[in-house]
Amino acid sequence: MPQISYLEAGRRALAEELARDPLVWALGEDLGRGGVFGQYRGLAEQFGAARVTDTPISEACIMGAAVGAAMSGTRPVVEMRFSDFALCAVDELVNQAAKARYMFGGQTKVPLVVRQPTGMWRSSAAQHSQSLEAWYVHIPGLVVVAPATPADNLGLLKSAIRCDDPVVYLEHKNLWPLEGPVPEGEHLVPLGVAETVREGRDLTIVTWSAQRWTCLEAAESLAAEGIEAEVIDLRTLWPWDRDRVFASVEKTRRLLVVQEAVSVAGFGAEIAASVAEALHARLAAPVRRLGAPRVPVSYAPPLEARVRVTAAAVVAAARAQRAPAAA
Amino acid sequence: MNHGPLSPAPSRHGRPGGNLDLPRLLAAYDTMLRIRAFEELAVAAQKEGLVLGAIHPSIGQEAVAAGVCAALRRDDLLLSTHRGHGHTLAKGADPLAMMRELFGRAGGTCGGKGGSMHIADFEVGMLGANGVVAANIPIAAGAAHAVKLRGEDRVVACFFGDGAINRGPFLEGLNWAKVFELPVLFVCEDNGFAATTRTGSMTAGPGAAARAEALGIPAQELDGNDLLAVDAAAAAAVAAIRAGGGPRLLLCRTYRITGHTAVDPAAYRPAEEVEDWRGRDPIARLAALLREAGVEEARLAAIAQTAGAELDAACRAAKDSPWPEEARAFEDVQDMGDPRERAF
Repeated sequence: MPQISYLEAGRRALAEELARDPLVWALGEDLGRGGVFGQYRGLAEQFGAARVTDTPISEACIMGAAVGAAMSGTRPVVEMRFSDFALCAVDELVNQAAKARYMFGGQTKVPLVVRQPTGMWRSSAAQHSQSLEAWYVHIPGLVVVAPATPADNLGLLKSAIRCDDPVVYLEHKNLWPLEGPVPEGEHLVPLGVAETVREGRDLTIVTWSAQRWTCLEAAESLAAEGIEAEVIDLRTLWPWDRDRVFASVEKTRRLLVVQEAVSVAGFGAEIAASVAEALHARLAAPVRRLGAPRVPVSYAPPLEARVRVTAAAVVAAARAQRAPAAA
Repeated sequence: MNHGPLSPAPSRHGRPGGNLDLPRLLAAYDTMLRIRAFEELAVAAQKEGLVLGAIHPSIGQEAVAAGVCAALRRDDLLLSTHRGHGHTLAKGADPLAMMRELFGRAGGTCGGKGGSMHIADFEVGMLGANGVVAANIPIAAGAAHAVKLRGEDRVVACFFGDGAINRGPFLEGLNWAKVFELPVLFVCEDNGFAATTRTGSMTAGPGAAARAEALGIPAQELDGNDLLAVDAAAAAAVAAIRAGGGPRLLLCRTYRITGHTAVDPAAYRPAEEVEDWRGRDPIARLAALLREAGVEEARLAAIAQTAGAELDAACRAAKDSPWPEEARAFEDVQDMGDPRERAF
């Protein structure tokens, strides 16, 4: 399989969908010059400025306009530049996009995708580094997607664009240059289906987005110690693949949830609680969560690194999971 | 404060029958009467406990809805506000379905899920009232953006109140509409109050029209209680917009006879002010104009009687309509995922 980057996969996904469906269009700041990370490079030239549209720095209106355009027969793909900036458009996303179908009694759908580059990325500090996925999972009406590989960024973005629900699409900024194999030809990854990245019998590690790679690194270290971790990348956070997670925990009897986001009220809490409610009798150890402390992300590298969930922390938590349960 | 008394109707109506398009004016008269009847019935029904949530009547403002919507085609689009019954009726929505919606009943425009503040009727291009002030402005810009992308000649009308112009989406939406030269008619219904606060006391500068003009959007200020004026201005604006002229704004000076909501006694306004505006009632003014133009009293009375009777019947039918089935609570959330997950 050819190797392409996570960034190029996103670019290709949009290009393929723009070519496939004349109702698809993209809008956001700086798209005409390729977008802030280059993930739109060449698309305005290829598809024209009307379909790959530069906008004012006007997040509320970018999002609000996308809602109006989605209710009027088009399929907008919104670029929010940084997930932190999407907070300027929370009314438009939460009160409008997510609610319109329901509160209007099913008279309309709101088929739009909001791309929100997310997560910690080399000294971006407190307003360009957040992982806020849990906020969106909490909102009825929204789909939440967080790809971790080039192939998934291609296949999930295409599926998101074809989905009739509003989709919050969280691309991790640290993954842009990541290269990986991507199938040739049409590649769709279904929403709501997790991937078992590594099979194992001893514990289940559930994760998503860039932490997939941290967890895989940890799983290799654990294997060297004789602990076989099963690593599940959720890929879609709503709807999340409960069946796959539950089946895995049934097998391993141990669950560790790993997230980059602040652990308190993070999405990991939902997984932990769901497993505890449904499978408590099967569990050989208490469910464990790893995430960031409830601290804003810093600028200085040592401070930034201090709140990052590392492979070493995952290994330590996994070892503790394997310790005999207290009587 | 731009909210002093307006000058009386100008003498251009002096010649009965002059250049007036009587069928058009009679239709507007009918629309205004239906809006008035609908809202008076809704206010009464709320006292009976039939209307369940808040309603924001537009009694006294009917000429703006009727005049603007007279310029729209059925396939034109409309975005409304929390005070949106008039816009919705004028765009052609069924009053029975609307009243059912206010009562939370099956067969409501939104199946009873929205209520007054979320009435929508996509069949007639009414893309929704909105519970968030000014939130409909970017949505209208986006609807117009889609119209332009698809090469259609539809126009989007976007109503909002004078309170909305102090929210960011007003600036963002108007800027957007002008930057992309979109087919939007912005209609600021200036009733003088932002909820229960006089808007002038909270608004810097001369207001909506000046703000629009600062963005290069042609704006016109008019007596919103004068149906003839609203009709003429809206027709001209919609024609210019449809011809590709980009967005326009109409600033319609009017007055809300009731409080912010139907249960707001509006004690913050002097009684004389309300009486003064009652004297400029848009329906009475249009009736006077029509009489002057030679329309017989019996004909005006017949229009009023038919409108009143039909709305009465709608209200009675709504009262007899069933509640939505409980299972509907789980419908129309989204395609992906099961909303029943973690339900009781």
